[in-house]
Amino acid sequence: MSTYETLASFAQTWGLIGFVTLFGTVLVYALKPSNRDRFEQAARVPLERD
Amino acid sequence: MANAAGVGKTLTFGEGGTAAALAALAVLSIIITANAWTPEYGFHAFLFFLGSIAGVFAIFSRYHARPAAPVAQEIDGKPNYNMGPVKFATIAAMVWGIAGFLIGVVIAAQLTWPALNFDLQWINFGRMRPLHTSAVIFAFGGNVLLATSFYVVQRTCHARLAGSIAPWFVILGYNFFIVIAGTGYLLGITQGKEYAEPEWYADLWLTVVWVVYLLVFLTTLWKRREPHIYVANWFYLAFIVTIAMLHLGNNATIPVSIYSPKSYIVWSGVQDAMVQWWYGHNAVGFFLTAGFLAIMYYFVPKRADRPVYSYRLSIVHFWALIFLYIWAGPHHLHYTALPDWAQTLGMVFSIILWMPSWGGMINGLMTLEGAWDKLRTDPVLRMMVVSVAFYGMSTFEGPLMSIKAVNSLSHYTDWTIGHVHSGALGWVGYVSFGAIYCLVPWLWNRSRLYSLKLVNWHFWISTIGIVLYISAMWVAGIMQGLMWRAYTALGFLEYSFIETTEAMHGYYAIRTLGGLLFLTGALIMAYNLWMTIRSSELAESAAARPQMVPAE
Repeated sequence: MSTYETLASFAQTWGLIGFVTLFGTVLVYALKPSNRDRFEQAARVPLERD
Repeated sequence: MANAAGVGKTLTFGEGGTAAALAALAVLSIIITANAWTPEYGFHAFLFFLGSIAGVFAIFSRYHARPAAPVAQEIDGKPNYNMGPVKFATIAAMVWGIAGFLIGVVIAAQLTWPALNFDLQWINFGRMRPLHTSAVIFAFGGNVLLATSFYVVQRTCHARLAGSIAPWFVILGYNFFIVIAGTGYLLGITQGKEYAEPEWYADLWLTVVWVVYLLVFLTTLWKRREPHIYVANWFYLAFIVTIAMLHLGNNATIPVSIYSPKSYIVWSGVQDAMVQWWYGHNAVGFFLTAGFLAIMYYFVPKRADRPVYSYRLSIVHFWALIFLYIWAGPHHLHYTALPDWAQTLGMVFSIILWMPSWGGMINGLMTLEGAWDKLRTDPVLRMMVVSVAFYGMSTFEGPLMSIKAVNSLSHYTDWTIGHVHSGALGWVGYVSFGAIYCLVPWLWNRSRLYSLKLVNWHFWISTIGIVLYISAMWVAGIMQGLMWRAYTALGFLEYSFIETTEAMHGYYAIRTLGGLLFLTGALIMAYNLWMTIRSSELAESAAARPQMVPAE
């Protein structure tokens, strides 16, 4: 197989699965109810006076 | 600590290493100056020589002036923020901005009245146009991003900026790159690639500066006292990392000789074109979008004194944006030799990109939920909110133009220029102005801006300018596209090229006027900032933390 075909077949299978899984993980992290407090605190970081 | 009080002063590794590296660069530069194949390149090598010598002197005079002990990271339990480089970059942004807007007005006038090219090679449209784009994007926008990123990362991490020489090296080195790039265009040194015009030696210099920028930013994040890395820093980091990657990929060139400014890219043919627009579109995506979204995520909540509407949405916004943007580049190469599937891929990703863009816009606008009255009373906040609205508008228009059927009409016409300027003047310009209006009183310990009334004048004059500019370009561009594709009954082209140019003359004049109004607004801003910094009445005691200007 040519380099192009090797790279393309990798990108179209494992690359795709990898990116979709990574994005899915991000969604879970962002939407997980137990992270609510952490994000509410984080959102206030710029407003804190020091 | 080896440098504690009582022990003699010694050069730090950063001081000694940077001075030695600059001294070596000075030697190399003077050799190249002597052997350069063209006088223009010799001039640039000599600038490198002068710059590195000045750097060595600056390091040693700073060394002699400083106390033996290293600068305290904290004073009375509060972070000892390093705002010197931020101040420099803020002023540099304003100076370059005005220069860049002025050149924009000049080249708009040159297009309207070609006699203004004066038949001089140095100031003709072809050389001035990249000077304009680089001045506004890289000089103005770049300094805004440097200033705000160094400010925001310190504030949101509760930590002093990492390094002592390094932040100054980043700011001064970057501005030196701008000088080399800009003078190069006027002298005819260019790679001829959109947004990537500087030649190999300037690119190498920028690479060094950028790696140090990344290290300063990462090390500051590493030192943070705050458990969570605030979302603005994620956007800044994506901007820094991606620009490094793009810069290296699109400037993989081999110089003809170390004594020649000319280089050749290792990619060939359509691959080169693809890499160029992968670079070009992501310069828009990561320089002009991700970096300025970081500004939105810090300065809009700060100015409105409310947390961002949804922190969760900001996380999804960030990841969706960086996952998608990187694939959109091929839409710049519709109906070219690029394989059809790649064109369609670029189009599809551009359309999907609409979603995270509007997610971000909604997040920015809804931050004002319950505080909309501030739009009436605070022109600085209004400027930033209008910028987010422009962001929404141009990120709707962009996907639309990436559709192949639409692109067949819009491509190569002034519609593209109109689109770029609704993003550049409306989004990037206004969010930068808003951030600078916030930053200057904070950095110089002023209780407020010199005059909010002048901000209001700036806002309205510039807004009228933008509206004139973009509507003139829409009409001119669509007319131009329709004239190009008009056929007679016999199948001949109905209009010659010069006829389309004549038809656009009036719109070009309106565009010039629009640009002139935008420049006027920026001059009002510069006066306002100058008076804010100079005014002793507005000065606060250094101990008082710079507070928000109340928007009552």
